[in-house]
This record gives sequence, C-alpha cells and structure tokens, in this order.
Amino acid sequence: MGRLEGKVAIISGASSGQGRDEVKLFCDEGAKVIFGDIQDEKGKALETEVRNSDGEATYVHLDVTSESDWQKAVSKSVELYGKLDILINNAGVFLRKTLEETSECEWDFVQSINSKGVFLGSKSAISAMKKSGGGSIVNISSIAGLIGVVALAYGASKGAVRLLTKSIAVQYGPDGIRCNSVHPGIIRETGMGDTLIENLEEDYLSDIPLGRFGIPIEIALAVLFLASDESSYMTGSELVLDGGLVAK
Amino acid sequence: MRRLNNKVALISGATGGQGSVEVKLFCSEGAKVIFGDIDDEKGKALETEVRNSGGEATYVHLDVTSESDWQKAVSKSVELYGKLDILINNAGVLLMKNLEETSESEWDFVHDVNSKGVFLGSKSAVSAMKISDGGSIVNISSIAGLIGTAMAPAYGASKGAVRLLTKSIAVQYGPDGIRCNSVHPGIIKDNPMGEKVLQNSPVSNDQLLADVPLGRFGLSKEIAMGVLYLASDESRYVTGSELVIDGGRFAK
Repeated sequence: MGRLEGKVAIISGASSGQGRDEVKLFCDEGAKVIFGDIQDEKGKALETEVRNSDGEATYVHLDVTSESDWQKAVSKSVELYGKLDILINNAGVFLRKTLEETSECEWDFVQSINSKGVFLGSKSAISAMKKSGGGSIVNISSIAGLIGVVALAYGASKGAVRLLTKSIAVQYGPDGIRCNSVHPGIIRETGMGDTLIENLEEDYLSDIPLGRFGIPIEIALAVLFLASDESSYMTGSELVLDGGLVAK
Repeated sequence: MRRLNNKVALISGATGGQGSVEVKLFCSEGAKVIFGDIDDEKGKALETEVRNSGGEATYVHLDVTSESDWQKAVSKSVELYGKLDILINNAGVLLMKNLEETSESEWDFVHDVNSKGVFLGSKSAVSAMKISDGGSIVNISSIAGLIGTAMAPAYGASKGAVRLLTKSIAVQYGPDGIRCNSVHPGIIKDNPMGEKVLQNSPVSNDQLLADVPLGRFGLSKEIAMGVLYLASDESRYVTGSELVIDGGRFAK
C-alpha cells in the first residue's frame, strides 16, 4: 500500500525541477495529485507522462500570485475528488543580488512569489481542508530562511515562509491542519540549484559536512514524510536538508 | 520494498515504552535489530515476541553508562551481520525536580544516562560505521532540549547537551558518510516517561494541552515514524538537523 493512499494533494511550481519529482513520487505512493505552474506546455507533458505510467495527476494553470488561480486549483480538487488533504507550496524564484543591487521591483517580485504565494495558497486550501477534517501543508523554505546569505530578497522571503508556517500551525492546529517547513541546502539538478552552483566559489563543498550537494528526490522524500500521516504529531516544525551546512 | 531492508540497527533503552515500539517498527520494515536495556527479563520477552512474528531482533544487556557494554553491543552486531548501519540512542531518564530540589548525585545520574550515554554509544558505533562506509545515528532529545522547562532542569540540560553533541558528530563525521540527527518529542502519553510527566506536572493536563495546537498528546508510534525517516536512506541528505514532533507546542 502506498504511503499516500486515499490522499488528494495540490503541488505548486510543479512542471519542472523539484516539483516535478514531488508529483511523480506522490503518484507512486498512491496520491491523487493536482499540480500547477505557469509553464502550461511542460505541465501538460508531465500530466501525460504520469498518466501513461498509471499515476493520477491533473495539471492546472497556477500563477501563485493570483488568488483566483489558487481558488480554481482548490475547486478542481474538490470537483474531482470531493476534498483536499495536502498542499505543497513548492513554487519559488531565486534572485542572486546583494542589497544594493536589488531594485524595488525585483524585491516585490521575489516576495510576491515566494512569500505571498504561500499565503494565498494556504488561505485558499484551509477552507477545503477544514471540510475534510484536517490536512497537511508543507512549505518549501530554504536554509536561506534560517541564516543570512548574499541573496537577501530571497532570504527575507524564505524567512517569512518559516514564520508564516508556524503561525498557520498554531492557528489551525485545532482544526487538525498541520503546517511544516522544509529547508533545503544547495540542490543540484534543479534550475535554481544549478544557477547557484555555477556561481559558487570552488571550495564551497568544504562547508558541507556530507561533502556534496543534494538532489531533488531527497527533498521530495522529506516532503512525502511531512505530507503523510506518518508525521501526524508534527506541526510548526522545520526540516533542514542541507548535508549539515547549518549545523556548523 | 521495505524501508530498512538490509539495514542493521542498534537501539538502546528498548525493552519498553518508545524503544520497544521502535524495535517492532524497524523489524517490520526489514531491519535486523540489536536492542539493549538493563531489564534483561523484559528484553528476552520482547526478543521472543518479535521473533514469533517473523522479525529479526536480538537482545543484549546494555547499561548505556558502561563503555564496555556498548562495545559488546556493537561487537554483537558485527559478529552477527558483519556491520552496523544505524544507532538509535533512545535510552533516557526523566527527573521531575526543580533546581533547588535536585541533588548533585541526581544531576550526575541524569547526565550519565541521557548525555554521556549518547556520547559512549556514538563513540562505540562510529568505528563500525566507518567500516560500513557510513551510517545514521538518531539521538532522542526532547523539546526540553530546545526551551526551558520549569519542572526538570537537569533533564533539560542533558537534552540540550544531546542536541549539540548531535551537531558536532554531524560536522565531524559527515565526510565519513555518517549522519547524525536529533528528535525532539513533546509530551507523549503512551510511555512511562510521558505518564510520569502527566502525573507529576504542577499544572493540570488541560492546561498542558492548551499549549499544544493539535490539542492532544503524542503517541510513541508518531515518534518512531520520525526516527524511521531519519534512520533510513530517505533522509540521506539530512544531518545535524532537529526533528521536532510536539503537536506544535514549540512553534508558539
């Protein structure tokens, strides 16, 4: 039996990168998945790929900064399956610029996707989850939401996600809705991670006790644990997956 | 495929409570388990119970404050299976006394079991894990290792020590492929330690629950599932991390 048998999940930012791995893993574990992104062509291709391997996934257009897109995604879940159990706020953008280099409009763009997107998604999902008698929200933050980094607009947005997560956990715990954050270190094989790695100093790996970068499936397996009933007593927690970088 | 197939695990403090739940879960996920405790009779009974249901578990006498007991436990693992992949430092004691009530000998006892026990266990396991090209150590700390509690200063200090010992092991042995993480349970109702908290707490159970967003105490199985995730290869990029399983109490 799959670890998400009988569960219905929405995953944002899921046409490529880490979100794509989450869609496939969740379907393998028996979940019914609604996934969204702004890359419709890639989304449709992934939908076909998953269905051809007997998974149940449906693509929806989802700009995470649009409340009406979120409401449509949640409605789709309720229309198809009568409920929503899991929300993975995976969509995010990275901006590698210092304080002085970052324009106001770049700041707004990063916050609107990384932080306001999580707010809008959680707000839209909560009412459906209340009707299902509970649920699990997993927010993808970053180690940049725990420690200071050069990419300051990104770090600030991920710090906001960390605390938004705890507030949701405290407020909606009595409704059986759990909310936890995941804090990846540097993950290769994703658009975001590969861009970062190209610009890193060569000896960066020496800061990572495990001596390597992470890969998307390692994040997806953590998201699976937090999404599933296996973590039924966890809420408001932070799962750091960084090869030991922050422990130093 | 089961989540701990081909893994060999050593679990301390495992004849009752939380530890015995971990032994059973690990066996059902395909691990071969060596488990230790100081209550030999209960240990032998659990060994028989697990074997009768098709699991592979072996009891050893293990006082976690004895380095030679630890060395024997690790040797048993290597003798039976040629390796050691996982160590769960689960043994612990709770002392519900405030600062002024705690005697020096009580302080020493709590630290010997909760903190030095983790040191000795990890030290004994690391050499075997290096030979196996890596491993996963999971240390059971507590939310009392993250925030101050009014009712158990010696316990909290010992669990704070475990939290940082975990991070030091992670940093030092990461290059050897050895991971080390801590688990921080809140109040768990179905084990002897949790029952002791609920019976001796200066505030009512309802008041304790009012601080827990999920509105209930935890179950040993819920901790064991967190330990399973950290022990398995699913968490292979996780080291030096803290897994808080407390119904949201610490998030407030």
